[in-house]
Amino acid sequence: MKKNDIIKYILAFVITGTIFITAFLLSDRLSANRMENIRSVEDRISIDILSSETQFALLRDSSCKQFSDSILSQELNTLAQKLDFMERDLGTENDEVLHLKRYYSLLQIKDYILMHQLSERCSIKPTSIIYFYSNKEECPDCVKQAYVLSYLREKYPRLRVYAFDYDLNLSAIDTLIKLNKVERRFPALVLPDNVLYGFTSIENVEKHVPNIKDLSNTNASSSASSTISTK
Amino acid sequence: MLLTLFEHRKSLSPTPLVNTQDKSLPTVTIVVPCFNEQNTIQRTVTSLLQLDYPKNKLSISIVDDGSTDSTWEKIQTLQNNPQIEIFKKENGGKYTALNYGITKATTDLVGCLDADSFVSSDALRKMVQKFQDNTEVMAIAPAVKIWKPNNMIRSVQYVEYTYGIFIKKIFSMLGAIHVTPGPFSIFRRKVFAEIGLFKHAHNTEDMEIALRMHRHSKKIENCHDAFVYTVGPDTFRKLHTQRLRWTYGFLRNSIDYKDLFFNKKNGNIGFLTLPFSVISLVGVVIALILSIFIGAQNLSASIQRWSVVGFHPRLPSFNFDFFFAPINGFTLITTLSLVIAISMLIGAQRIAQGNICLRDFTFYMALYPFIAATWIVRSFYNLVFMKSTSWR
Repeated sequence: MKKNDIIKYILAFVITGTIFITAFLLSDRLSANRMENIRSVEDRISIDILSSETQFALLRDSSCKQFSDSILSQELNTLAQKLDFMERDLGTENDEVLHLKRYYSLLQIKDYILMHQLSERCSIKPTSIIYFYSNKEECPDCVKQAYVLSYLREKYPRLRVYAFDYDLNLSAIDTLIKLNKVERRFPALVLPDNVLYGFTSIENVEKHVPNIKDLSNTNASSSASSTISTK
Repeated sequence: MLLTLFEHRKSLSPTPLVNTQDKSLPTVTIVVPCFNEQNTIQRTVTSLLQLDYPKNKLSISIVDDGSTDSTWEKIQTLQNNPQIEIFKKENGGKYTALNYGITKATTDLVGCLDADSFVSSDALRKMVQKFQDNTEVMAIAPAVKIWKPNNMIRSVQYVEYTYGIFIKKIFSMLGAIHVTPGPFSIFRRKVFAEIGLFKHAHNTEDMEIALRMHRHSKKIENCHDAFVYTVGPDTFRKLHTQRLRWTYGFLRNSIDYKDLFFNKKNGNIGFLTLPFSVISLVGVVIALILSIFIGAQNLSASIQRWSVVGFHPRLPSFNFDFFFAPINGFTLITTLSLVIAISMLIGAQRIAQGNICLRDFTFYMALYPFIAATWIVRSFYNLVFMKSTSWR
């Protein structure tokens, strides 16, 4: 082998290495930008919720007609989609993803509380579904359940679906689990009147959620997670 | 490879034609082995007779390897031409017919031409010029193109062969050509005396002789504008049979010549061509397995979704959000590879003086790896279970 060839191999190796390193650095930078984007969405939602709570307090003595679903956060759905994307991109065990997911879960709980306060104030029955899954256990039915809930969110845009990872290790979620007496069986659906375990079909969910047919109106808010985590 | 191309870019200029008035021009014999080639043999020989080379210095030796159709009758109609010699022997395989012709030859150069191929009239003059430029060169490989790509299977081969001309030119610059193709490779006759004649070599004698030449440090070059046209298989079945023979032959010859791998003495053939070819074959198999796995996963997810929520086709949404753009290390590298592939194709088109349409290129890039995977997988299977391949 000629000396010239050896130099060429080294040069080719350096150029190829540089291309690969550049591609992966760019990719890394892009992931960081995406995380930053999620953080900013979470901040906006946080402000939305705080604003809604303030609005709720200000209008405490006003007529119920002045409230509408629109005071609930509009961006939870977008956030859910972005987190789902990042989970698939970086993995469910990525620290940054887990951190953002905890924050997202807290925002969901705050939205849930606000919705319940609104329902009590206006004497209407809250129509939400809380869905528990686990990323730590094999749960083939959770995948199917996620399809059902995503479909229901598309069919009933005003139906609020809150999805929580049972094992996220967040005290607020643990409290929610205790309050609703949710056992460690997946998937678990907390419906207005009871808790269902195992895969629940579309028809069964519709049967257990009163006045669900009234939620097909798209004029009101479109929030909470329409893309339900498949795990 | 691209570095080499850049380094030797001046050698991509057209090859000069040797002066036919030059009395010192070497004498040449072209051996045409044939077995059941009744449809193409006459056109093949006619293209040889039309070569722009002094008639007294060019002989054509047609060897019928025991054809069972009317090939021999067709050959006999040509025997009155003083340039042509015809022979008939018992069937023994292409390499035996080639060797028969070579042993009868007395010229300075000996070439071979498959009986389903046709040469351009200036090809020999260009190739002889290459021999005259460098006395160390022992063999010259031509630029092979597909004859009349009149269906999809042939059009895809046309793209592949165009790439082949480009790649072979770069390998030539690196001194790393691993095949002297059946269609019109020319050798100095003395090389056969030094290293021996063609061998069966798992039905890929043109590859084996090239590897044997490298083992004996004999130089092989390429003439990128000496065009030879070959009739490509017109059905998938025929293409599969041909490529299975080539790929299996490559694998078996690689084992037979494993001493060439990473051997400093043999240069780039062992450091680039052979490892690169093996990695490409393994890569295609891995890519196929991954594609099947991912495809099956997606299909299974879709079936599962349909089973629980029913089939609800939706129009694609045009709300573009850059956040969801599938940009990551893998897609960036893939995009870069595609850009390089297109750039190489543009370069290949210029060198091969060809014209590839977007449809054929797209089909080649999108589907050809999957089609190729069928014979690559089968070749590995045959290799493991020691099953040999057939010629047709």
